[in-house]
Amino acid sequence: MIYDTAIIGAGACGAATAWQLSHTESKTILLEKETDAAFGVSKANSGIVHGGFHHPSDTLKTKLELRGNKLFDVLHEELGFPYHKCGILVAAYSEEQMETVKKLYQRGLDNGVTNLELCDRARMLELEPKLNDAVCGGFFAPDGGTIEPYGYVFSLVESAIKNGVDVSYNFKVCNGKYENGVWTLTSADGRTVQAKYVVNAAGLYADEISRVCGGEEFRIIPRKGEEYLLDKTCACRPEHVLFPVPTKHSKGVLVIPTAGGTTMIGPTADPVESKDDTETTSSHLKRIAGLVSDMINGVSLRDLITSFAGLRPVLETEDFYIEPSKRIPAFIQVAGIQSPGLTASPAIGEYVVELLKKEGLELKAKTAERVKNYKIDPADPAWNRIVCRCEKISEAEIVEAIRKGHTTVDGIKFHTRSGMGRCQGGFCAVEILKIISRETGMSVEELTKRGGGSRIIAGKLGSLEVKA
Amino acid sequence: MKMMSKEFYDVAVIGAGAAGLAAAAETAAAGFNTLVIDRQDRAGGILRQCIHNGFGLHCFKEELTGPEYAERAAEKAIAAGAEFALCSTVTDLKKRDDGTFELVLRSKEYGTKNIVAKTVILAMGCRERNRGNLAIPGTRPAGVFTAGAAQKLLNCEGFLPGKTAVIVGSGDIGLIMARRLQWCGIKVKAVVEIMPHPSGLTRNIVQCLHDFNIPLYLSHSVTRICGKDRVDGVDVAPLSDPENSFHIDCDTVLFSTGLIPEMELGKMIGVEIDPSTGGAKVNANYETSVPGVFSAGNVLHVHDLVDFVSEESVRMAKKVIRHLNGEKDGETVKVCVNEKLKYAVPSTFFPGRDTVFAFRPLVVTNNGTLTAEQDGNVIWKKKIPFVRPAEMICFELKGDLINGKGELTFRLEEGEKA
Repeated sequence: MIYDTAIIGAGACGAATAWQLSHTESKTILLEKETDAAFGVSKANSGIVHGGFHHPSDTLKTKLELRGNKLFDVLHEELGFPYHKCGILVAAYSEEQMETVKKLYQRGLDNGVTNLELCDRARMLELEPKLNDAVCGGFFAPDGGTIEPYGYVFSLVESAIKNGVDVSYNFKVCNGKYENGVWTLTSADGRTVQAKYVVNAAGLYADEISRVCGGEEFRIIPRKGEEYLLDKTCACRPEHVLFPVPTKHSKGVLVIPTAGGTTMIGPTADPVESKDDTETTSSHLKRIAGLVSDMINGVSLRDLITSFAGLRPVLETEDFYIEPSKRIPAFIQVAGIQSPGLTASPAIGEYVVELLKKEGLELKAKTAERVKNYKIDPADPAWNRIVCRCEKISEAEIVEAIRKGHTTVDGIKFHTRSGMGRCQGGFCAVEILKIISRETGMSVEELTKRGGGSRIIAGKLGSLEVKA
Repeated sequence: MKMMSKEFYDVAVIGAGAAGLAAAAETAAAGFNTLVIDRQDRAGGILRQCIHNGFGLHCFKEELTGPEYAERAAEKAIAAGAEFALCSTVTDLKKRDDGTFELVLRSKEYGTKNIVAKTVILAMGCRERNRGNLAIPGTRPAGVFTAGAAQKLLNCEGFLPGKTAVIVGSGDIGLIMARRLQWCGIKVKAVVEIMPHPSGLTRNIVQCLHDFNIPLYLSHSVTRICGKDRVDGVDVAPLSDPENSFHIDCDTVLFSTGLIPEMELGKMIGVEIDPSTGGAKVNANYETSVPGVFSAGNVLHVHDLVDFVSEESVRMAKKVIRHLNGEKDGETVKVCVNEKLKYAVPSTFFPGRDTVFAFRPLVVTNNGTLTAEQDGNVIWKKKIPFVRPAEMICFELKGDLINGKGELTFRLEEGEKA
């Protein structure tokens, strides 16, 4: 069959676009090189719904950030992913920083952000009693907070699938040809998909997708961010997302009350060579801990439960690049979606759909009632069998994730939070492997952490030769 | 085994490992309605996956495997009439206005169920410190396990975690696993220990490493985990020269880097934590800062031998029985330790009463001296031939010795170099 639209990349932007298109009478396919959605840029970021005051109003990213921020209320309501709308505080610790805060506050007003509040020291401490004593002021943006980025993307994909979108995982596009008004996309393993329009939402690899399709030449520069996660019981969990005063290059190191209940400190911002380089390093942890200790009380590395690194897909312009290709027909570029890309993503979906229309794709709104995302039946007895003790995740939730197609350990972890807590799967990993095997019929030997060669076990006891 | 039949108990024991079972056997035998709650489908806790021998020499006067020890301990509790709620997780613990406790249990069988108990025994054991807690740098591939998780995978499910392994940390579970892996054909390339001395018992170093020619790198750390999908090696460096790292190829990394008391339920009810153990602060009755809530075993402080866990738990249970019988105790006196001891349990005692003290040394020495001082006088002194951080020091002091009112200070002094 020939699809109307093929979207390359099941990250936040691709998923949001697919979800928007699932509201129309057109046929869409979402192609993803990984084994699950959100397994690239989207899984490893700060998970913040930003407030629209960090960037100047003449940028595309600000326009989409502001709209995205508003759409999160609607999406949260409809799709049910957790959204901790706790608000954002920017804290200044010197008079000089306070000057920058005032500029940022003014920028927010210029950008049309409402509800902003400039705060003196007393008001800051009232809002956030754990702030370091050195705080001298700041401002408060109540319309923002934190989401679980993978949970958000999963819910978009689930809803899109339920409403008619096809998804193909492990489909790494390595070639694209446009002939007679139709794109033919070929995967690394030789499968093909045909579509009238293509959306390139390939994140870190958007430059390579553009190249293999004959589109514009540009370069995505990966910029690494390391994040450190603290236990739910940590003393420094703030009431709001806590920002320092930004520098020219970055929004700085934040203290983030995650939607899941843990506290995250980070991220760093370092350009790296490789798009695979998600290594954490030893040099950053102490620096981050020092920076956040200057902002808030109660930071202790005894609370550390894990660390990870993500890569931001950055273009030289630093802005988003979302427009129809000028070189090839029926091809929308969605590239350079770094921060505040997650916040902007619902608006990016809308924006891309408008661009597709302008390019000639006919889109008629669906009249049929939308199929809702699945909800666990509270009467299911498996709801009361706790598999993951740290996050209190039940067997019912794990089975639900598997039935929605998340069959890797990481996929289930991102869907349910099982294995994300303080023991990091030490107690429940074996149990979860057994449940995946039972539900999918796959042998435990076949199961992976996140697809590809990430097998969890090496075989059955007795299968190796024992040397005396 | 009698399953949960009531909603009100004299004693609710959380955890059916060695500590929970020993306590339940005592309180049930004394005629108190006792409920033991555990997440697993069988009693025994971590013992069930410890299929090696070496357990039971103190408590049962014979050498048993972990599952055998668990079986014996469970039989005692069952015979004494304790009831069980298995496959059940306690998700909430609250104190009620009348001084009793409310526990919320969740399980397939019972649904979400509330239980009321006059006393609560916290016996939840430990979790393992993992790669994330230690922020070991590198990639995040498959093939990284805690030693206990690998042990469960292998011994309970019959799966091999990998083919070539490096073990981080020389804790006892890691050492036992080194031998276990070799026995199933998995090559153990190295054990890497950050301290200058092993964390595990000497007998395990000999029987599990030396006997298999597995190199032990002391004062070294893993500086990087490598591999994209699956582990393909680790970088190891001496602490004295972190730049001078070397690479070891392997497809599996096991962490045996210490145990952390699983005290979240205790924290939930406001039990004061002793930062030096990670467990509850207890008095000589093993009673926490919340009256009616007791704690013993590895959730109180990490023990070397399961037999010591059972013994401690029996001592605690006798105090729980006194509490249920309405016996009152006087004022407590504080216990202090010098810098060569990590902690003393209990952290307070009742003057004039026989008290067992447990200590964890921080130094390696032969013929060390442990003294107890009260009101400026040395009231007790003991030579300890073999002082190792891996080995708990445990002594009973008679009541007539410790009947002063001042703080009791224990000092460990080093003897000869080991």
